[in-house]
Amino acid sequence: MDAFLSEAFLTALLSGAITAGVPLLLAGLGEQISEKAGVLNIGLEGMMLFGAYGGFVCAYYSGSFWLGFLGGGASGLLLAALMALLCVRLGMNQIVIGIALTVGAEGLTALLHHFQFSRSYPRLDEVPALALPGLAQIPVLGPALFQHHPLVYLAVLLVPLLAWLYRRSAIGLNLESAGSKPGALDAAGVSVVATRGYAVLATGFLAGLGGAYMANVGAGLFVPFMTSGNGFIAIVLAMLARGRPVWVIFGALLFGVSLALTTALQVTGVNVPTDVVQMLPFAMVILVLVLFARHSVLPPALGLPYVRGDR
Amino acid sequence: MAAAAQAMQEGGAGIPAIALAGITKRFPGVLANDAITIDFHPGEIHVLLGENGAGKSTLIAILAGMQQPDSGEIRVRGRPVTIGSPRESLDLGIGTVFQHVMLVPSLTVLENLMLGRPWWRPLDRKGTLARFNELSAMLGVTLDPDVPVGRLGLGQQQQVEIMRALWRGEGVLILDEPTSMLTPQGVEDLGQVMRRLASQGIAIIFITHKLREAYAFGNRVSVLRLGRKVGELPPERLQALDEAAVTQEVVRLMFGSTDGHGDDAETLLARGRQRRAGRVDPAAAPRLVVEALSTSAASGECGLTEVSLSVRPGEVLGIAGIDGNGQKHLAEVLAGQRPAASGRILIAGQDVTADGVAERRHHGLRYITDERLGEGTVGAMSVATNLVLKEIGHPPLWDRGLTRWDRVHAHARAMIQRHDIRTPSERTPIAKLSGGNIQKVLLARELGGEASIALFNKPTYGLDLQNIRLARQRIAEGAAAGLATVLISTELDELLELSDRIAVLYRGRLVGVLENQGDIELALGRLMTGAAT
Amino acid sequence: MTALVESPHGAWIGASLRILLPVVLALVAGGLILLLLGKDPLAYYGYVVERGLLSWAGLQESITRSAPLLLIAAGLIVAFRAGIWNLGVDGQFLLSAVIAAALAPELVAFLPGWLALVIACLVAFIVGALWSLIPAILKARYGINEIITSLMMSFLGISFANVLVKLVFRDPATTVPQTLTLPVEDRLVRLFDSTINFGIVIAVLSVLLVHLLMTRSAFGLKLQIVGANPRAAIHAGLPVGRLTIATFALSAGFAGLAGAVDVVGVLGNVRADWNPAYGLLVVPLVFLARFHGPAVVAFVFAFAVLQIGGESAARRIGVPHFYVLVLVGLLLLFLAVVEYLDQRRRQRRGA
Repeated sequence: MDAFLSEAFLTALLSGAITAGVPLLLAGLGEQISEKAGVLNIGLEGMMLFGAYGGFVCAYYSGSFWLGFLGGGASGLLLAALMALLCVRLGMNQIVIGIALTVGAEGLTALLHHFQFSRSYPRLDEVPALALPGLAQIPVLGPALFQHHPLVYLAVLLVPLLAWLYRRSAIGLNLESAGSKPGALDAAGVSVVATRGYAVLATGFLAGLGGAYMANVGAGLFVPFMTSGNGFIAIVLAMLARGRPVWVIFGALLFGVSLALTTALQVTGVNVPTDVVQMLPFAMVILVLVLFARHSVLPPALGLPYVRGDR
Repeated sequence: MAAAAQAMQEGGAGIPAIALAGITKRFPGVLANDAITIDFHPGEIHVLLGENGAGKSTLIAILAGMQQPDSGEIRVRGRPVTIGSPRESLDLGIGTVFQHVMLVPSLTVLENLMLGRPWWRPLDRKGTLARFNELSAMLGVTLDPDVPVGRLGLGQQQQVEIMRALWRGEGVLILDEPTSMLTPQGVEDLGQVMRRLASQGIAIIFITHKLREAYAFGNRVSVLRLGRKVGELPPERLQALDEAAVTQEVVRLMFGSTDGHGDDAETLLARGRQRRAGRVDPAAAPRLVVEALSTSAASGECGLTEVSLSVRPGEVLGIAGIDGNGQKHLAEVLAGQRPAASGRILIAGQDVTADGVAERRHHGLRYITDERLGEGTVGAMSVATNLVLKEIGHPPLWDRGLTRWDRVHAHARAMIQRHDIRTPSERTPIAKLSGGNIQKVLLARELGGEASIALFNKPTYGLDLQNIRLARQRIAEGAAAGLATVLISTELDELLELSDRIAVLYRGRLVGVLENQGDIELALGRLMTGAAT
Repeated sequence: MTALVESPHGAWIGASLRILLPVVLALVAGGLILLLLGKDPLAYYGYVVERGLLSWAGLQESITRSAPLLLIAAGLIVAFRAGIWNLGVDGQFLLSAVIAAALAPELVAFLPGWLALVIACLVAFIVGALWSLIPAILKARYGINEIITSLMMSFLGISFANVLVKLVFRDPATTVPQTLTLPVEDRLVRLFDSTINFGIVIAVLSVLLVHLLMTRSAFGLKLQIVGANPRAAIHAGLPVGRLTIATFALSAGFAGLAGAVDVVGVLGNVRADWNPAYGLLVVPLVFLARFHGPAVVAFVFAFAVLQIGGESAARRIGVPHFYVLVLVGLLLLFLAVVEYLDQRRRQRRGA
């Protein structure tokens, strides 16, 4: 029992939880923007994967983590642009396109990786961490929470920023209207298509960023199919967070802990098959859904294309 | 009214706020607007009258920038313009209040009013509040700016909409059937607001199909029919005529001639009463009995509280009430689509409260829903399938669970012929049919076979005149053949024509039941608005 | 979707164009990607057809591979006709496969071979159905989006299947974790003198049975009403909740049967971390066929040829089999695009 409370274990667990949770946080916040605007973005997994590959390639060839993240975001954005065109502009089925993008991205990234690196899996250098002065010296918590790549702190700052944006800005009002009463937004002279389109693009950028973090920081390399369902977990996070960014960060941390448990347990020498631990996050999602099924609330116009004059 | 007329005459001499010339708009199979030429003047309440499908809504959609005309010219204050989007319409000082509320219920009043500002600018709460107070004073209303719109009553929501319509400039205000959801008091308040605004030089376009409102509020009346403008009553004539004369004139314009469809309301009413006389055996046991029935309502719905009623064979019980006072719940709980929270429902003395739709149907209860495409039919499926939607699995059309499509289609052909359903074939997807023909399919499906109780919810909603007549005829015939009939309707003339007794729903309670004799219209109106309680 | 069932005199040219155009577009777009990567698409496609269809060994493999794909397709036909997105196929498939793999070698020890296999298949069907119960109930009771829940159950099922293989049903005689192996002579009988086993017969019959069930039975019609307009289903007094659960159970059951047939027909055991991930691959095929049984058989076979040929091509031409995933994505994409253009065209013609 002592092993579980050891400093090494807790540090590994918390630090791992953050590394595993940041991609979920970014993608979850992204999905929340789309859902607020009334678009169910099932292609999130594909966007993360695109971001992971694009981010890795950029970081690998440039040697810069920042360029890597930028490339990841841009890759996610690229896929999101396709989704925005097909689902928002042309009003095609969001589910079919979402699945198409996810499956296509799985295949394409694996294919590109194969042609780029053949069967080798090159690694990136050690992550340049920014130790927050003072805070990083706190025992256990310091190294676990305050010694990360600056992107982690930016991702956390995104939470209050989005919360402010939703409540106190014209953008927030537009997003809310596009999801709950698109006709009203249109009548107010704001394009529903543009609002939703930008929302999907923002989602793609954040999901790509999350994917890039997963590849460049979490793993240090790209492996085909490496997002392994994280995108779908992020969708659930956004669904359960009911439009509140702060709930996304709680959820992301919770899932991060369960994802990080394997590595942390190895530190203590307890040997549990990875599969048992891998079940945890998914089992937790199901449990949460069963317990809170009644309370998950989605915008009324979610998933429906907007047609002017349609009542 | 005199002051408004004065203002109108001054404005009328100048340039019209909006001048339409030869506006034409086509939809697949319909000529919605046919060369409409019309002027709207500042300071004038200009009423556009016409029945459903006359082209009013299309004309409004064009002015609001939601639709573009195929041909014709629009001039705003003398300048020719094209209105390509709602934003352009607003920029031209044209504000529109649509028939259906166009506010975001989860946002506050102020947030709704701030909607549509450039996204890169910070929200200007102070400036918005100032303009809000200014317009509140102009309209003469008091509203809490920080309440979510979803918690306001419909009348107050409409006031917010009027504010928003006037926000960018007090030029033209379009009101599309604004009274359909309002109580009589709300209508009166709206009238005051309109007069106030007109006296300040705003051009008001008021769309309605109610003659009484046209006379009460209008400075000028234009009548649309089948996409054309068929006549206009300028202020001089309106002032010269009394209400009865105006009504006669407008009816002539709306329906072609005073006896264009053979019957005016009075004769229909008289004939209906005559036809019903002695039909119901007062000693007969009631076929349908409802005892203290209540339902639980989600937010935004109106549930039922302790509703009791009974209907005898051959009797038509009308249920009157302003839309949204529990009609939907009553229909659904009687049909078995919605559970009762408490109370009992008895059919021929047998308790069916716990039974579902199918069991109640076996007891002879039939429900003709008002949402013909929403729930009454499956749009993508054929007329034939929709005709048997509630009989799936039963012989002879099904043989041990297997569909006999030959019999289903033969059955459909027979029904199509008997009920004069206009469809290319029995295999045509039902969504391709007109509203009147879809209603015929529903009536054919529900009123055949072993029906003993018929439950109608707004049976003529959205139909054209001819199909309204046909549907009402079917209801009367059904009752004559012994059906115990519950007729839920928001159209008083329909209830007066068809019912033996009329009960009134107000906020989910049955607040009174009147025998349909003599002049009960006023009494009904008082019950419907809660004035009598 | 229903129009296709009820109108046999439809415009065949338009219909076949709608079906073939996405296939052609996907193949062309995929070919362009190959070209960009420096591979000759014609050589690739030619090799795929040659290996997957024209060689006797490849043809046998393609037909054998069709069996699990067809059973999954049978389940998806039921679900999609009822308007339900069962995307949890992979978990249902794998878990049932593991159970069948664990059960069959034990059963053949004391039961006649055919009975053992029948029981293993039935149990697999039930396991698949049970694994869909939570998404089904959440959908039926609370209207929770089944895409997400079935996917979550799928990931859960895949990990759980691995846990079972490694910890519970592990064959102690092997170094790599795997279940006990069913001897070749106890597996599903081979047809004639080939390597093709009886599984393909079960699969084709299942698809045809499902097709008849959907187009000719009261049950099928009820499911389609629930799918096309759930409110109309409530209005007509159909037990929507029960039908939803039945749909899920049937759909997942067939996915489970697919896993069992793959194990007792071809593999004989399940190795740890084995996951063919057939589920999402079959989705576009069922859509392409417009949920029409016989058409599904044709498309699935064509896809099996692509898969088998593609696996050989990976070794020979150096295009990894991930390329098949790209094609599937493109297929879905172009399917939606062609559908959209067709709708636009019809609207304009109506105007």
